[in-house]
Amino acid sequence: MLIDYIKVFIVGGLFCVIAQLLIDKTKLTPARILVGYVCAGVILGALGIYKPIVEFAKAGATVPLTGFGYLLAEGVKEQIEMNGLIGALTGGLIATSGGIAAAIFFGLLWSVIFKSKPLK
Amino acid sequence: MDIKEYKKYAENRSKRTSSLKNCVLAFIGGGIICVIGQVLFNLYSIFTIEEHAKLLTSASLIFLAGLFTGIGWFDVLAKIFGGGTLVPITGFANAIAAAAIDNKKEGFIAGVGAKMFIIAGSVIVYGVSFSILYGVAYYFYLLLI
Repeated sequence: MLIDYIKVFIVGGLFCVIAQLLIDKTKLTPARILVGYVCAGVILGALGIYKPIVEFAKAGATVPLTGFGYLLAEGVKEQIEMNGLIGALTGGLIATSGGIAAAIFFGLLWSVIFKSKPLK
Repeated sequence: MDIKEYKKYAENRSKRTSSLKNCVLAFIGGGIICVIGQVLFNLYSIFTIEEHAKLLTSASLIFLAGLFTGIGWFDVLAKIFGGGTLVPITGFANAIAAAAIDNKKEGFIAGVGAKMFIIAGSVIVYGVSFSILYGVAYYFYLLLI
């Protein structure tokens, strides 16, 4: 049990260190890094490289945004195998629909509750 | 070593150590967020199937990141942990919540609704587009084998 959490911590931490190095050493904006992570997740998922990382590190690999890309790739793969070519259009959003819907609804909720703070 | 050289040397050193410090903090912050995700997943797994537990975990982290954004804690944590809060799903949720809250002054239609995805939209556009390209390639790959 504890060893599982250590794996989660280390792998999840390493994903963040890579991003920190990109922030410090390159001029990439956070938005570009997020996009890069998702696309990298799709590619690594497509190549079958990400699945073993998920099996090894669980939330350490699914919580970083590469995990979101991996989920897109897995969803497409599953729908293609079930429904043919149409799965390319449906699979990605089917697999990620819950997370996206949650982000939209909670975003709206927080904007109703909170006011933006003036910049200091 | 004259003063100029020393200044350069010291600057280089401090740059390197600050980058190392940033990386250690990113490692710790990101690691902790992922561990929180794993703890939530294990808790939800008691009550429901794996697939639903995964979704509830993501939804919970998105909920918490947005709440922290609204209260103003997320910016504080992001300043400390840098990449550690950016890369996990919390960074995505923060981008949406912050854009929604900041654009409230322009109203709920032209502000909140329209500009919520001003940053996170790119993640979805390119993520989904890449996955479609992969899907088409995978379909023809299956035909060939």
